[in-house]
Amino acid sequence: MIKKKGLTIQFVPYEEIAKLSSKERIRKLLEIVKEEKIILLEGRLKSDEKSELIAKTMEEINKKFRGVEIDEWAFTDRDEDWIKKIRHFLVNVLLGSRKGLTIIGPASIIKEIKKDPNNIQLLTK
Amino acid sequence: MVNIFSNFLQRFLNRLFKKKKQIKLGLYGPPNSGKTTLANKICEDWLGEEMGTVSNISHETREIQIKEQITITNDRGRKLTFNLVDTPGIATKIDYEDFLKVGMKEKEAKKRAKEATKGVIDSIKWLDNMDAVVVVLDSTKEPYSQVNITIIGNLQARKIPVLVVGNKVDLKSSDLDKVQDAFPQYKVLGISAKFGKNIDQFYKELFKITR
Repeated sequence: MIKKKGLTIQFVPYEEIAKLSSKERIRKLLEIVKEEKIILLEGRLKSDEKSELIAKTMEEINKKFRGVEIDEWAFTDRDEDWIKKIRHFLVNVLLGSRKGLTIIGPASIIKEIKKDPNNIQLLTK
Repeated sequence: MVNIFSNFLQRFLNRLFKKKKQIKLGLYGPPNSGKTTLANKICEDWLGEEMGTVSNISHETREIQIKEQITITNDRGRKLTFNLVDTPGIATKIDYEDFLKVGMKEKEAKKRAKEATKGVIDSIKWLDNMDAVVVVLDSTKEPYSQVNITIIGNLQARKIPVLVVGNKVDLKSSDLDKVQDAFPQYKVLGISAKFGKNIDQFYKELFKITR
């Protein structure tokens, strides 16, 4: 955990969410964000998990919690052989994508997330 | 011979059933991308009336709006009938203070924010009900947002036919190439729902996605 000027970034390794159901994953991530921490998640959520995360976020918006900012990066390995590609495809289908990185933070702290292939910029309020 | 006839009859009945089904055409996108402006344009063109109110303040549409039985005709006389579903814009954050900044009173702003959150939830729930979806993106804005990616990803996962439109091409800051680059798997159609630019092409594309 890195703490700087009251800003907390919590790294969540993929193992921590791998065995959880989609519902449990979303609950876990939202609980962290609601503690005003920024999540750096190893891997990416599935499309339906992201829409569910948005829906759950909306359900919980109140005076203090105004929503989330979210972004993700998909890292692809061009040199992967086809056996590895198939294995990764099956793992992705079953568990979501372990490759990549997701940032989820409270909208009360993060104004915008900007990215390019080499940089991640978190614009704070 | 009996089998051939039986198959033919089955296919005929399937087609008949499919044709009679009410197609639900959804308009999805982030807030203020011009979904209701496009819905109004469609309704004005084919029904002679508007569908909903449009505003520069985000989250103007906070409830699912449905206009039933819109029939459009192409230049070959083919007809397409659908129920048009205009959905509230999907967002990951809603802050009532943003509405205060545009001159709303606190009570009104809080009410709007509360209704907007419910609207987002409804939009997401309704994804499963759609037969085809037009994703309306603002071509003057950054297209790589997680909201846009999530909407399109969900439609892809559900195998729902999609037409992506880059709206507001009448504005100088419009960058349709950027929208196209963000979603290379789709042919992005540039339109101006407000001024009707490319709207004939838009109707042609509707026939293609609802085939």
